[in-house]
Amino acid sequence: MHAFANPKRFLSLARWLTPLLLVSGLLLAGAALLYGLLWAPAERLQGDSVRILFLHVPTAWLAMGGWSAIAISSLVELVWRHPLASLAARASAVPGAVFTAICLATGSLWGRPAWGTWWVWDGRLTSMLVLLFLYFGYIALAQAVDREGASSRIPAIFGLVGAINIPIIHYSVIWWNSLHQPPSITAGKSAMSPEFLIPLLVATFGFSLIFGGVVLARMRALLAEIQAEARLRRKALGDSASRGRGVTA
Amino acid sequence: MSALGKLLLRDLALLLPGGKRGGSLLPFLFFLAVAMLFPFAVGPDAPLLARTGGGVVWVAALLAAILPLDRLVAPDLELGIFDQLHLRGVSEEAAMAVRLLAHWLSFAPLLLLATLPAAALLGLEGETVRILLLGLLAGTPGLAALGLMIAAMTAGLRVGAALTGLLLIPMAVPILIFGAGALAQPEGAGLGLAGAISLLLVAATPFAAGAAIRAAREG
Repeated sequence: MHAFANPKRFLSLARWLTPLLLVSGLLLAGAALLYGLLWAPAERLQGDSVRILFLHVPTAWLAMGGWSAIAISSLVELVWRHPLASLAARASAVPGAVFTAICLATGSLWGRPAWGTWWVWDGRLTSMLVLLFLYFGYIALAQAVDREGASSRIPAIFGLVGAINIPIIHYSVIWWNSLHQPPSITAGKSAMSPEFLIPLLVATFGFSLIFGGVVLARMRALLAEIQAEARLRRKALGDSASRGRGVTA
Repeated sequence: MSALGKLLLRDLALLLPGGKRGGSLLPFLFFLAVAMLFPFAVGPDAPLLARTGGGVVWVAALLAAILPLDRLVAPDLELGIFDQLHLRGVSEEAAMAVRLLAHWLSFAPLLLLATLPAAALLGLEGETVRILLLGLLAGTPGLAALGLMIAAMTAGLRVGAALTGLLLIPMAVPILIFGAGALAQPEGAGLGLAGAISLLLVAATPFAAGAAIRAAREG
């Protein structure tokens, strides 16, 4: 695992992997979305509104995948003190939050024609909303840690505690929902026809590649920031040293 | 008397209202003020207040739990108290376990007392009040544990109550759901589940908070 602890080796890999992931992800996801918009058959009950599925479902999966990435990187950071793990966790937070927000927004848009309202306190929607606030908290905490120059292990602890809490939140919300209202909407379709399933999987794969590309790009940006700071510090030291020599000479 | 017992007495002396740490009655007055505010917002309709009042008390308790957090760990971290304790062989985890007990003792009993006038203001009935008190008794250890965890994480940072609140509120959702859910379904599993989550959080907090203190020291 420490093979990529060397930032130089990581950067030489990330330099060509980032555009590769981003371009291939955009192509795959774009093709799947186009197919979903133009050629996928309209669904029997919901008509054309079901086409949003190809955006909604991948973002929902990646919203949860984003926190899994934070949790795994946080564990690697806390246990092995891997120098890139804290960057990976930091870099996963914003794309994860964006995917969660897209998932909520598309779910709301989809809910309007399907359920007749912009928002229902459905179990899955509600636990997504709580997840979005967990992302906001993590990002704010990580920014405060950066600003104060505190240890990057503090957001890692929050990331792990959040990962333990997310399943509890999910099941408590489902318990709460069954308590307050009878389940009015259940996902009825257990078997999805292949003309939906295959583009859905392609879109998910494409969005995952985009996610990976964005994480790598953000990690490179964070590394560049650290290097620029170090260079400035070295330069300031070197300047004062040469000035010191000038005075004595 | 053991070191931990002395530490508990010191923490209690700091955190209890009237203590040196500005431990005060303010969170409880704030709690009552929120309970007073709610009828102004929805109107003095007694059945409506009685139906929703239990939930309002829970929300007010959650908000009041945010208030003491920025003074809970940060001053001792600044003074280097945890470093001193560490040198004397008291681990951060033990110090945090003691602090958790002190925080709960200085927070929960007064909150339960303040619930009685709040319940009277909202016109809650005897059975509802009983379940409300039992729910708060089951949920406050978890709430105190979450609060201490977040106070330890933010101790070295100059952040306001906005961030501690943003960190605490999503984490506290399960406690709120089960504790307040017991009001709607008294014979259900809500109280037990709230207690279970509290126990889990109480068990995990000394380690998470202790790790945060260590991380804050090592920078």
